[in-house]
Amino acid sequence: MTAQTAPVLKASDFKSDIKPVWCPGCGDYHVLLSLTRALAALGLQSENVAVVSGIGCSSRIPAYLNCYGFHGVHGRSLPLGTGLKVARPDLTVIVAGGDGDGFSIGGNHFLHACRRNIDLTYIVMDNRVYGMTKGQPSPTTEPDWDSALSPGGTGLSPFHPLVIALASGANFVARCFSGDPARTGDILVEAIRHPGLSFVQILSPCVTFRPDERSWKELVHPAPVEPTDDPARAARRIMTDDGFNIGILYRGNRTPYHLAKRGPQQDPDQLAEMFAI
Amino acid sequence: MTNQRNTVSSLSIAVTGSGGAGVMTAGGFLLEAAAKAGWYGLQTRSVGPQIRGGEAAALLRLSTRPVEVQSAAFDLLFVVDWLNFDRFAAEIELRKDTLVIADPASGEIADAVTASGARVIEMPVKEILEAIPGGRPNMLALGTVAGIVGLPMDTIFDLIEEQLGSKGEHAVSSGKVTVEAGYKFAETLGGAPRLGEPTPAAAGRWLITGNEAAALGAVRGGVRFAAAYPITPATEILEWLSPSLAKVGGALVQAEDELASINMVIGASYGGVPALTATSGPGLALMTEAIGLATAAEVPLVVVDVMRGGPSTGIPTKSEQSDLNIAVYGLHGDAPHVVVAPLSIADCLFTTQWAVHLAEAMQVPTIVLSDQFIGQAKAVIDRPAEITFLGRRERAENISGAYHRYAVTASGVSPMAIPGTPGGQYTADGLEHSPRGTPSTRAEDHIAQLDKRQHKVDAFDFGNIWAEIDGEGDLAVLIWGSSTAAAREAVEMARQRGAAVKLIALRLLAPCRPEAMRAAFAGVDRLLVVEQSHSGQFMNYVRAHYDLPSEVRGFRHPGPLTISPTEILNRIEEWS
Repeated sequence: MTAQTAPVLKASDFKSDIKPVWCPGCGDYHVLLSLTRALAALGLQSENVAVVSGIGCSSRIPAYLNCYGFHGVHGRSLPLGTGLKVARPDLTVIVAGGDGDGFSIGGNHFLHACRRNIDLTYIVMDNRVYGMTKGQPSPTTEPDWDSALSPGGTGLSPFHPLVIALASGANFVARCFSGDPARTGDILVEAIRHPGLSFVQILSPCVTFRPDERSWKELVHPAPVEPTDDPARAARRIMTDDGFNIGILYRGNRTPYHLAKRGPQQDPDQLAEMFAI
Repeated sequence: MTNQRNTVSSLSIAVTGSGGAGVMTAGGFLLEAAAKAGWYGLQTRSVGPQIRGGEAAALLRLSTRPVEVQSAAFDLLFVVDWLNFDRFAAEIELRKDTLVIADPASGEIADAVTASGARVIEMPVKEILEAIPGGRPNMLALGTVAGIVGLPMDTIFDLIEEQLGSKGEHAVSSGKVTVEAGYKFAETLGGAPRLGEPTPAAAGRWLITGNEAAALGAVRGGVRFAAAYPITPATEILEWLSPSLAKVGGALVQAEDELASINMVIGASYGGVPALTATSGPGLALMTEAIGLATAAEVPLVVVDVMRGGPSTGIPTKSEQSDLNIAVYGLHGDAPHVVVAPLSIADCLFTTQWAVHLAEAMQVPTIVLSDQFIGQAKAVIDRPAEITFLGRRERAENISGAYHRYAVTASGVSPMAIPGTPGGQYTADGLEHSPRGTPSTRAEDHIAQLDKRQHKVDAFDFGNIWAEIDGEGDLAVLIWGSSTAAAREAVEMARQRGAAVKLIALRLLAPCRPEAMRAAFAGVDRLLVVEQSHSGQFMNYVRAHYDLPSEVRGFRHPGPLTISPTEILNRIEEWS
């Protein structure tokens, strides 16, 4: 369909009829709402959008959207999205998942996806807990958070996803709060528009296994400064803030991965001639 | 002098030296010169684990007829130096009539050579080279061997100009002078065998490795995306694909690990672009979870596993047929997929192209079990026939109404909507799902989808490509993959000696073809199952899946030594 004849889609047109498995009060409902609003605001046709995920509560999101989706294996959503985007540069590819999926089992892919800087948007719904397996500490969990698997806490420093994304080469870094879908939707619009890899951490409370996260709505606050294109400034800001600073924290000019559609110059039989004696 | 020599149809030659001595270069020149002059030939690599240094041997067989396997013993051994010779002595079998050329100044003759009783010719290599500024021992070996075999010196000179030209005029001229000195020395040798007359081909020939052939087969089959993580001995496939895919409008991405490369391939194929990755045992082990995903989500893809000695890091530079178990049984759950194996260097092209076709037609992951021997061996082959297999995926287009990605169909294959197709929006899922693709834990959905995925591979028409069956006899040799070339030669020798032997070489390992195998076993009472594995993986596999003739024997040994024609011939004769 061309832009002239395509219907203008509303946020609700991007939502599927499948009922989410999420608990009542889960922050991910609002992330779903924010994402559908962003896709509508961008004027995209749903068949040209693909949302790719791994395993975990938040990774269930593709089925709840009315677009193309892939619910893959644990931790590998970024490579799957990378292959899709390189093969099909015409699509809008969004990768989504949770903190365990992205920073623990998928940690290596996170580094290299940022470094590769392919034109993808990576959304992590960070609730600082493994929810689907009923409450184990994740890489972003506080060191003293008590659980059956780690009684008394892990004693480990939490992972700093935003600054690691920045150091690894991501071109856009933002933090959102699921409880503010309007602002989250606006930031997602900018993230999807921005060339290269855009990383958006969405603080999305798990009210079931982390009831303490209900207090996040009182703790979050808008970032008091404008986005910077200086990675050093952005890194210093992220390393020294309280973790509840909401907004676009870095908007860079790093060269994205080359995705130009290479037209065929030869047919395979011409290639084969190199073997002729 | 040459008149006194006997003429043979096949000559096996080894040039050995320490790594960096240039023996591989010399071997490459010999093979290419022989190819240009109208002979067939094969060069295999035997190298140590060292990246530079260590030991190296160029193992060649030149012939008047197509050859795909080394013969058991060598006719000619040129020793550039004796350093580390013992490390591959076991791979270079010598006989009494083997000619060994070595410089007495380069050290003591290796015990293995003395013990064989081979005829040792002393060649004053150091002395000859001292008189040639810039002269290198590998070029002297090249000239000497080329002279003995009877390769035209002009052809060698052309290759020197072509391949050493970039190193400057001096390298070219000293190379030529050194080669000429080798030819002169060869003239002084009486009794050395000479290769029979060449047979130039009308249709032309190719000089190609199995890895290159596999890569070309992939592109011919329609692959336009590859993800790559380097691993010995598969890297050449990826290195050939990188520039080649760009030329045909495709792309290769270097991944951060094999977990990434297989998932990139899934992403690209989900996007509608036929996709492949190549790896070896350790990489395949990392990929198995995602191959299961591709099975469940019905995403076509091809993984070429160029097998090496295992388990674990094993012997990365040497061959073994020991990934059969992981390829056929390595996925968790009931996960029907396809496993195929090329039967020769040239067949790497055909089988990989077929694999793309199978993957796309059945929307199923397909594993190609190549190995280091055929992957890294370079051979002169007849120009391959045009193969019409093309990856053609059944797509859902012009969709009106509800789209069910995993609809249960007669063939088991459901039309696949490619992103960008209006109305086809669905979520591909590794979770069990309903026909629509919605996650489901219902027993009826699980059974229906398991049945569908099994049925599409069981019901597929593999035609007569599943195996190569040759000859008749109450004794049959059953083999798979790269060892087939050795079995062919053994069976041919046995027939020349009057034995009636049938050869059954499996190209398709999964799914199994019980009906077709029953027909293949017609008239067979005794079955010799041959494989290059320690535990008998292939024997266990055929016992599990097929009704076998009344008498069954196995012959097997692990890598790194390849299964030789003589070993198989001996087993056939013991049983005849």
